[in-house]
Amino acid sequence: MFPERAVADGLVDAAHLAEVQGRSLWKDARIRFFRNKAAVVALFCLIAICIFAFFGGYLAQYERDAIDFTLSGPNAYKGVPSFATGHYFGTDADGRDLFARTVQGTRISLLVGIVGALIAVVVGTLYGAVSGYFGGRTDGLMMRTVDILMSVPYMFVLILMLVIFGKSILMLFVGIGLISWLDMARIARGQTLTIKNKEFVEAAIAIGVRPMRIILRHIVPNLAGIVVVYSTLLIPGMIITESFISFLGLGVQEPNTSLGALISRGASQMQYGVIWQLAFPLFFFIITLFAFFFVGDGLRDALDPKDR
Amino acid sequence: MYSFVFRRLAVAVPTILILIVLSFMLMFAAPGGPFNSDRPLSPTVMANIEARYGLDQPYWKQMWNYTVNVVTRFDFGPSFQYRDRTVNDVISQGFPVTLTYGSWSFVVAVVFGLALGIMAAIRHNSWLDYLAVGISIGAQVLPNFVMAPILVLVFTLWLGWLPGGGWNGGQWEYVILPVVALSTSYMASIARIMRSSMLEVMNAGFIRTARAKGLPIHRIILRHALKPALLPVLSYLGPAFVSMITGSVIIDVYFSTGGIGQFFVNSAFSRDYSVIMGITILVGVLTILFNLVVDVLYAWIDPKIRY
Repeated sequence: MFPERAVADGLVDAAHLAEVQGRSLWKDARIRFFRNKAAVVALFCLIAICIFAFFGGYLAQYERDAIDFTLSGPNAYKGVPSFATGHYFGTDADGRDLFARTVQGTRISLLVGIVGALIAVVVGTLYGAVSGYFGGRTDGLMMRTVDILMSVPYMFVLILMLVIFGKSILMLFVGIGLISWLDMARIARGQTLTIKNKEFVEAAIAIGVRPMRIILRHIVPNLAGIVVVYSTLLIPGMIITESFISFLGLGVQEPNTSLGALISRGASQMQYGVIWQLAFPLFFFIITLFAFFFVGDGLRDALDPKDR
Repeated sequence: MYSFVFRRLAVAVPTILILIVLSFMLMFAAPGGPFNSDRPLSPTVMANIEARYGLDQPYWKQMWNYTVNVVTRFDFGPSFQYRDRTVNDVISQGFPVTLTYGSWSFVVAVVFGLALGIMAAIRHNSWLDYLAVGISIGAQVLPNFVMAPILVLVFTLWLGWLPGGGWNGGQWEYVILPVVALSTSYMASIARIMRSSMLEVMNAGFIRTARAKGLPIHRIILRHALKPALLPVLSYLGPAFVSMITGSVIIDVYFSTGGIGQFFVNSAFSRDYSVIMGITILVGVLTILFNLVVDVLYAWIDPKIRY
């Protein structure tokens, strides 16, 4: 009697468990993410930086392109950071308020990072999903193209494009986005190959759904996890690329600025003892990258099924 | 094996050709010719100049001539801005400089990166491990254009130990800062990859067997663990080596070393298309060749890979 009783109890317990609300993949991931302290701190840093970049302008006492001639040129060392003058971060070599410029630089760097990553994600995911889904000769051709494009020295080609089509933020967006979808396409293709043999895709084929619709409605949503992880790791890469180009003076043009351009200006002035011109943009650059890397790592740990 | 090399070459050659044609097409898409200036030249002078550089011929012929010259004689034609030198002069002047500090950076990055990675793996979860992980995370957010100003600030402006720029025929004081600035992030990546692959290998069965036999630890690492653990690093080293010897553009510009990166950026500002194209193609060819070399090495080292 006893053993059967235990089994019956077990069944009752199991029935209870089944009634408990099941946790979805995303809820599970959210719980795991918030358990990761480094990732949570990084997320708060990131939110703070975004608030700084998009609303910091309201705090600035000066316009970002207003020149204070008493503080410019060789007098730049007078523009020390101070609350009394309202130049919280001091002034740059031209006597412009560095706080307002850092706000704008951070904003443009974030925008380039996010928009660039968005282009890469949309193009890369669709390309990879189509290539993986159709397979065969189409797949071979599409992936060979990616291989060929990958062996192009992209930094040089990006500079070539900026020179030829003019140095503008738009060109920068397009150029960076065009280059960076290649990795995304590979990742999406690999994932599609495992998804396309699942039963729900078979069911969709069986009821006569057209291929493009299967890709958009059934395959792409299932790529979401890996796409999210990869794009948070892609954004800092984009920011570095943009800053690299702007550091060379080929990216964002005056009077607009970005963190790379600010770092470049600060680095060229630092021998005059105006270290704050380098320190503030550098601080925001490093904090932003750190935050993105840790959030990305946290997301990967949270969403990667291998790690359960 | 030979058929694998042959097949890879069969892909590499068209890739290089496509690169040449694409950069040539980009150049034609550019608004304005290289000799359009604020003071318009008289039509006859313009025609003479264009004839001198072969710009009066139809596009397809120019492209054909260019491609043939590049492929058969490795001749990238004349510079459009400096009347007295060719693109080859620019490359032969700048490339040795970049090659010098690029190779040093490679050696430094590989030696220190591997050492750091191996130490971190065999002293897993010790302070050394945390140090290695910390360095590799830190170096990720310190790309070379951030490293370079910080290094100059500390070692040139504050300590006054090393010159903050110039090349001076490659004297050692002038080489150190570019090498450090260039190699740090690569070193960190190598250390990270080496650490994780070493950790994986050290947990494998054959290492346990080696331990059980009573082999000393250094022998286990050198004779048994190193070779399989090196494989993931190797696939990273190919592209890294190319991007190092072609020199980071930033290092050339920031330290005024006179490497090809500096010529590249100067030409980008003066719209000297032939120099830009020449350097882009050179870098592309090097990238493709080294990827090929790495793939072949990979197939040679890892018997599991069959192509």
